[in-house]
Amino acid sequence: MFLTCTGHKDNREVLTFWSLGSEGEQVSLLIPEFERRNPEVRVVVQQIPWTAAHEKLLTAYVGESTPDVAQMGNTWIPEFVAMRALADVANVMPPEDYFPGIWATNVVAGTVYGIPWYVDTRVLFYRSDILAKAGFPDGPRTWAQWRVAMQRIRQQHLSRYAILLPTNEWEPIVMLALSNHSTLLDPAGTRGEFRQPPFATAFAWYAETFRDGYAPAFSNTQIANLYQQFAQGDFAMYITGPWNVGEFRKRLPAELQDKWATAPLPAPDASQPMGISMAGGSSLVIFKDTKHRAAAEKLIRFLSQPEQQVRFFELTGDLPARRAAWTAPALTREPRFPAFREQLEHVAPLPKVPEWEQIATAILDRGEAAARGAASVSSALNALDARADGLLEKRRWMLARERSAISDQRSAAAPASSLLLAGR
Amino acid sequence: MRTETRAALLLIAPAMVLIGFFFFAPVIAGFLLSLTDFDLYTIGNPHNLRLVGLRNYRDLLGSSIFWTALGNTLYFALVGGPLTVIVSLAAALLVNAKLARWKPFFRTVYFVPVVTSLVAVSIVFKYLYHPRFGVLNRALAAVGIEGPDWLGDPRWAMFSIILLAVWRGFGYTMIIFIAGLQNIPEELYEAARIDGAGPLRQFRHITLPMLGPTFLFVGIVTAIGQLQIFGEPYVMTRGGPLNRTLTAVMLMYEQGFRWWRMGYAASVAFVLFLIIGATTLVQMRLKRERS
Repeated sequence: MFLTCTGHKDNREVLTFWSLGSEGEQVSLLIPEFERRNPEVRVVVQQIPWTAAHEKLLTAYVGESTPDVAQMGNTWIPEFVAMRALADVANVMPPEDYFPGIWATNVVAGTVYGIPWYVDTRVLFYRSDILAKAGFPDGPRTWAQWRVAMQRIRQQHLSRYAILLPTNEWEPIVMLALSNHSTLLDPAGTRGEFRQPPFATAFAWYAETFRDGYAPAFSNTQIANLYQQFAQGDFAMYITGPWNVGEFRKRLPAELQDKWATAPLPAPDASQPMGISMAGGSSLVIFKDTKHRAAAEKLIRFLSQPEQQVRFFELTGDLPARRAAWTAPALTREPRFPAFREQLEHVAPLPKVPEWEQIATAILDRGEAAARGAASVSSALNALDARADGLLEKRRWMLARERSAISDQRSAAAPASSLLLAGR
Repeated sequence: MRTETRAALLLIAPAMVLIGFFFFAPVIAGFLLSLTDFDLYTIGNPHNLRLVGLRNYRDLLGSSIFWTALGNTLYFALVGGPLTVIVSLAAALLVNAKLARWKPFFRTVYFVPVVTSLVAVSIVFKYLYHPRFGVLNRALAAVGIEGPDWLGDPRWAMFSIILLAVWRGFGYTMIIFIAGLQNIPEELYEAARIDGAGPLRQFRHITLPMLGPTFLFVGIVTAIGQLQIFGEPYVMTRGGPLNRTLTAVMLMYEQGFRWWRMGYAASVAFVLFLIIGATTLVQMRLKRERS
């Protein structure tokens, strides 16, 4: 009996892989091929819903039950680095074939903690028929053109509102600021730079869009059916991401299918080819406590191969992180993807501090107040800097302590400092 | 020590140990935590923990979001509490009335919402409240009223949540009221009838005073429950729109489990603990003065 049992025993190395949302569901389809090529490894894929993922990953780390490999939204990486949960993965993939802005989101204080898996960014979706009547058939290229387009749309009643900028999203404000070369925080990530001209100008531009009636002060929850309202001409422009390419194709009526297009974000002025969007997407990370480092690396290398990236795109619609994968016909056939491909060369990471999400919430809150006319631009910016400085107080204390430790004694026992150079 | 005392102590010892371990120890630990700045950096390196004294409390009392959350919570308790009491008392009187038939059936029907899953109910109500396709606004439109955006409009969102909470919670207090009503001796009503008191006077001078202790119990239990409101806004609105449905416990959850600022979250918990304690004391004091 003992013999038969050992005969059935699975001697393969078990690798746990946490994957999020629908990606978790689809990636299971790629795993059999990996297991065929690596017969000594068995991959257990755990699917975690996106809404619970952040809390689950944090709790898993605190409870010392982390997986070996996980998918992680790339904006979360700084937090897990601050907790020292992640392993250095610089040796897993060379950076050359990745979009620089996307790769940068995985680098904290010079160390690589994640390998981009798929990418996400936002571009301008617009009604090409309406924008053509307003004189910009290919979409506005600069903020000045953008404003002119909005004015014409309003004056000629081409649509009810020129643009939809949902007031429960901080992303449009941040993309305008990034385009205008704001770094949002100072380089060490210890203070806000919201009153500085690059951010202040962009924020004022955002607030004016509402003040002049080009955008409605609606939150996403007040939009019952985005697609229907876009089709009806309630608004002519909308800044959104690749997931909406499929949705627009599926949900807009047939007669509108050749009347919508995508364009890179407009630049603040003509000296730049385009605006700068956010470097979003997910990365694959290895947790520090893993006992299966080699197998984990193999899995990440496998999922990063261009042909697996293309397959994953076909399964999920997630845009590949490798430039080499972008030549696949699935991606070149769709006329709305080139704008994303262009934009991906012009994306910037968000400030790499764990407090970022809270600061973003403050931007959302003050942005909404400014959009609704409940706060002036200058008071909103003052409040933002005050809030950011308050949230970043701990970082200033840690940095000061580290500096004094270094100056006191150039001892090797000084506390590890890598966290603090985490700005950009 | 007398053997009786010793036996008594021995008998209550297991309960005391459990209470000490699962109640007093966490409360004390929570209080100590609230005096530190325990956060993400502390998880990475324990040397990043600082004792900050009462700074969390100072920050908390100085932050507008805390007062917003507290205001929302009090609004919820001050509107939802009395509403729950009135609705459940009315339901108890109806179900307990002599003329009522099918009493067990109605008792069950009114009690069912209490045992439903909060998340499922919240999702169903989200559909009912939908501004365009929801049953509620369809019904209002049928009588010519344009219903508001129940959960999306800052002025209505908290009230919509109160309606759900009252609907879900009144069955429990109703059962307590029914028990209270059944404890009132029938002879009192007979005597009052002989003296010529109508139903209204009977209610005012017999039912209400005799329900005094029940009111106290219901008042305290409802207030404690309502000051800790979390599930409904968490599922339905996530605190929005414009933070109008952000409650004190939601603020604590967000600070603790979303941003992992445990020290700060513990201070929210402790302030809430003090508020609930004070509310209970005030209610008991009021009751004692009246009787």
